Amino acid sequence: MKPSVVVTKARPRRTTGMRLAKSPVMLNWMYLPALLLFAVFIYYPFFRGLLISFTDWDGYSQALHYIGIDNYKRMLTDSRVHTVIINTLIYGLGSTLFQNMFGLLYALLLNKHGKAKTFVRVIVYIPAIVSPIIMGYIWYFLLQYNGGAINDIIMAFTGKPVNLLADPKVNVWIIMIVNTYQFLGIAMMIFLSGLQGISKDYYEAAEIDGASPLKRFANITFPLLAPALTTSIILNLIGGLKLFDVIAALTNGGPGYASASLSTMMYQLYFARQDAGLAASLGNLMFLLITVISLTSLYFLRRKELSQ
Amino acid sequence: MKQRKRTVVYTVIGLLVALVHIIPFYILLTVSFKDLRDMSSKWLFPGYGFTGNFISAWQNAHLGRAFLNTGVITVMSVVLILIFGSLAAFPLARYQSRLNKWVYGIFVSALIVPPLTILVPLYKLFVDIGFMNTYFGIVLLHVTFQLSMAIFLYTSFIGTIPRELDEAAMIDGATKTGMFFRIILPLLKPVTATIVIMNANSIWNDYQFSLFFLQKPDSRTITVALSSFFGENSAQIGWIAAGSLMAAIPSILVYILLQKYFVDGIAAGAVKG
Repeated sequence: MKPSVVVTKARPRRTTGMRLAKSPVMLNWMYLPALLLFAVFIYYPFFRGLLISFTDWDGYSQALHYIGIDNYKRMLTDSRVHTVIINTLIYGLGSTLFQNMFGLLYALLLNKHGKAKTFVRVIVYIPAIVSPIIMGYIWYFLLQYNGGAINDIIMAFTGKPVNLLADPKVNVWIIMIVNTYQFLGIAMMIFLSGLQGISKDYYEAAEIDGASPLKRFANITFPLLAPALTTSIILNLIGGLKLFDVIAALTNGGPGYASASLSTMMYQLYFARQDAGLAASLGNLMFLLITVISLTSLYFLRRKELSQ
Repeated sequence: MKQRKRTVVYTVIGLLVALVHIIPFYILLTVSFKDLRDMSSKWLFPGYGFTGNFISAWQNAHLGRAFLNTGVITVMSVVLILIFGSLAAFPLARYQSRLNKWVYGIFVSALIVPPLTILVPLYKLFVDIGFMNTYFGIVLLHVTFQLSMAIFLYTSFIGTIPRELDEAAMIDGATKTGMFFRIILPLLKPVTATIVIMNANSIWNDYQFSLFFLQKPDSRTITVALSSFFGENSAQIGWIAAGSLMAAIPSILVYILLQKYFVDGIAAGAVKG
């Protein structure tokens, strides 16, 4: 019915304008708003940040005064910065290790057997839903020196409390554990969805061949979980290397910069010390660190996935 | 028999895991219901029904205003993310010219850039253009930094919609833009639900952006209101606990009601890798 209607109408003239209107290029306006936002709020600040890192800007004066690579020199020679880089790596790599270890264990535990598995999954995942700064305050009640829940237990054994949050040998690891606790549910969920994608046929075949449970895990489960592992590792790395909130809640990076990450140190240099040039350099270092670590891990993990 | 034994063992271990993981929340509960003068151990639940901490926290941390601010910012941001994200994904999914592949790369490469690395220049930009302490400014920031994920998810979802649908619409005389609004947009519901849940949760929970760019008391979000409250009243831990509990409850409730979408979000993120 419809074609006849078209035919009875005057034949539409195909002008250049109309052809352009039909061309797919005309659709590209649809991503212009997003592209504009990216240009203004990511790419422009990124390049301006590179410039600022070569100045001794204090954060509010109008003129920028270039000082060459002094900030980067300071960064490389300042021992506090070294501590902070090591802390950042502990937060990033440490949480990644533990989140994946426990995430995988929990996923295996809660995949098929057991009665309350849905309930346990929900409980393990809930912390990931809560704002990390609030999670930090929640843990503050456990870690406090005076009347902290963990110190109640320590005191029952040794008789005196331990200042867990003020001791730089301990607090970095505690912060790493809190971050692990909060986000291991995400790793667990990724592994669970990976496990559910593995066909039962493999296991049945292995059972017929008489493979032990350990062998089945090493030769079937683990290799087939490789894509899930890649995802989980990359997400955890990026999350851990940029850690800010939990540190802000528990130690504020202290004492001094002993438990600071690059994020919190940058924040303090900028807002408390008006050392904006150095703060910008730290930001660039953090960008470099995260990009290099996550892209190299991605490269190696993907290669491993392919070789299997 | 062996099967039953295994079920029991797995159940018991699972419940033990749940027990350990719930401890911080249990402590949060005992502290928030305990009178400030009650110095008993945090492990003990108060034997009385005390709700004074909640009232004090709500009033002193100005949580009412903070909830309102957070809600407005979250809703505005999510709506814009959906609009800009779905619009951008359509040409990127359907017309993969060399230019568009580049543009897609620009969007997705931002997935690994933590916003904090450009804090200093971003802050300067906000001061220069007068976006400090405005809903508008923070909303645009949230939108920009969440758009990568939304564009990624929408683009791969549109890629799974058969092109025959587009062609059928073309024969019916729809323009390409019309095709998007009439054919594609209605099909995007499932992935949209995932994007809404994931983004709303992370914007609702945001602390860093809000801390840097919303410094006036009137414009504070929940997390910033709580942290300045913590700074002023670190001795009144009952207040802090009650405030934290009130701030955490909405997210937890939404999660328990809409679990499916959270899991879908993780599975969708898993494709990203």
